Amino acid sequence: MDYFKQDLASLHNLLVKKELSVSDLTNATFDNIEKRDRKIGAFLNLNKEEALKKAAKLDEIGISADNILAGIPLGIKDNIVTKNLVTTAASKMLENFNPIYDATVMEKLNALQTITVGKTNMDEFAMGGSTESSAFKLTKNAWNQTKVPGGSSGGSAAAVASGEVIATLGSDTGGSIRQPAAYNGIVGVKPTYGRVSRYGLIAFASSLDQIGPLTRNVKDNAIMLNAISGMDPRDSTSSNQAVPDFVAKLDGDIKGMKIAVPTEYMGEGVAPEIRAAIKQAITTFEKLGATVDEVSLPHSKYGVPVYYIIASSEASSNLQRFDGIRYGHRANDVRNLEDVYVKSRSEGFGDEVKRRIMLGTFSLSAGTYDAFFKKAAQVRTLICQDFANVFSDYDLILGPTSPTTAFGIGEDINDPITMYMNDILTIPVNLAGLPGMSLPAGFADGLPIGMQLIANRFDEETMYRAGYAFEQATDFHKEIPTFGGQD
Amino acid sequence: MAISASEVKHVASLAKLAFTDEELQKFTGQMDDIIGMVQQLSEVDTEGVTVTTHVTDAIGVMREDVAVTGTAREELMKNVPQHQDGYIKVPAIIDESEEA
Repeated sequence: MDYFKQDLASLHNLLVKKELSVSDLTNATFDNIEKRDRKIGAFLNLNKEEALKKAAKLDEIGISADNILAGIPLGIKDNIVTKNLVTTAASKMLENFNPIYDATVMEKLNALQTITVGKTNMDEFAMGGSTESSAFKLTKNAWNQTKVPGGSSGGSAAAVASGEVIATLGSDTGGSIRQPAAYNGIVGVKPTYGRVSRYGLIAFASSLDQIGPLTRNVKDNAIMLNAISGMDPRDSTSSNQAVPDFVAKLDGDIKGMKIAVPTEYMGEGVAPEIRAAIKQAITTFEKLGATVDEVSLPHSKYGVPVYYIIASSEASSNLQRFDGIRYGHRANDVRNLEDVYVKSRSEGFGDEVKRRIMLGTFSLSAGTYDAFFKKAAQVRTLICQDFANVFSDYDLILGPTSPTTAFGIGEDINDPITMYMNDILTIPVNLAGLPGMSLPAGFADGLPIGMQLIANRFDEETMYRAGYAFEQATDFHKEIPTFGGQD
Repeated sequence: MAISASEVKHVASLAKLAFTDEELQKFTGQMDDIIGMVQQLSEVDTEGVTVTTHVTDAIGVMREDVAVTGTAREELMKNVPQHQDGYIKVPAIIDESEEA
């Protein structure tokens, strides 16, 4: 199956008309993975037997014309728990963890008869921006296999960009959907905090985490978000705000849309070729009838330090559950209970996870709490207020997703601070709980450039409409990696 | 503020992590850099600013008090590293051999 020539609607049409069986589609998807994943390394674990069984069953009962996702093979990030399918969060801690329940998003997708083909690679516990902190394997960028795919949803992004599958789910705590989407030239959306249930998402930073879709175009993305959104009694932070049909108003006019470009997002720290691509995008939006103004988000430069304190503090608390007792790795050679805790955790967690647990524990300790955690939580308020000020006058914020294109494998891995700064443009969005999207807006040296659109809370519709209008007016999303075209 | 190896060791003990001397050196250096980076927050005036610890409008979400079927014990035991007769096995909490 050549996913570069299909979208969800065209696949659905083939399935409904029985020009293609679900079994053939599923087999063809595993063929894609077999051919390409040796180079890309997007998947940690495949679900071939169960997937083909389900496909055969769907062929028996037939594909309903009003269920666009029925029979569609999907990849799922390995921090989203899947019943009876090993879920590791790319950590040795959970190497053999076989969940006894499905995440809410998986229940929703299963109810819509999608097919889970496998679990995608990621940074360990979603902590990282390159997928290099995975305990199990490296994933390569779909466009250049010497480059990282970004992270932490690097496997989910590379799987879509290399045409192995048509769509995946990822999770985004500080940019973990948008940055790998940018690096791989695809569309990635972090929904508003509370839009999608986090039940069954292995928790990293609970006030920031959201699950979202990665696809090759805006419309497919909106279809996927329709499928996973909504209030869930099992996640009390999920919102009871009405969920609109994100596809319905996709092709609406953007004439008169008021777009803001933050000065801080177009500064010295952003590579010149990326600034040039975003300036080009601004011209495109103006031609489409939007007005574009420069604004200021004065506290956005503090996003990275605020994030590393808050996310690490929440992580240090969330990851206390990994104690070697009820699930996960348990060390051998222990004398007492304290040993079980310390040795299991020290053996099970990788370095980046340990660094974050340490920073979080430090930030929450007596004597440092006021200067670190409390200070960060106050500056977070100022960052939220900056956005609120802009959204009182504007419909949408536009800027780059990442300051650079994908960097080389091994380049930043030993320098945590350089690695952290890659997220400077995505982090503030999580801190304020806003929806954000990355979509293709150009290329530099053969590597994709991502544009970020940020909307007000629960206004994904505006973000999708602007993204769709831009996509229809440009050809960047039609480019495919040469790697994908080889077979 | 610079963080010392002994402070890092103390934080590690709070976090139930252990490091070799070599790891401790590496982590101390990296922690020091990270703490230096986050200290730029001290330049922000936050006098009178409230804290933001979550970004949801929901408060005190309640559900109906209706009994539902729980998860079967054997299911819950599926991922337990060591168990016997429906109980989780752990080593002695106090290692008696070490007592004076």
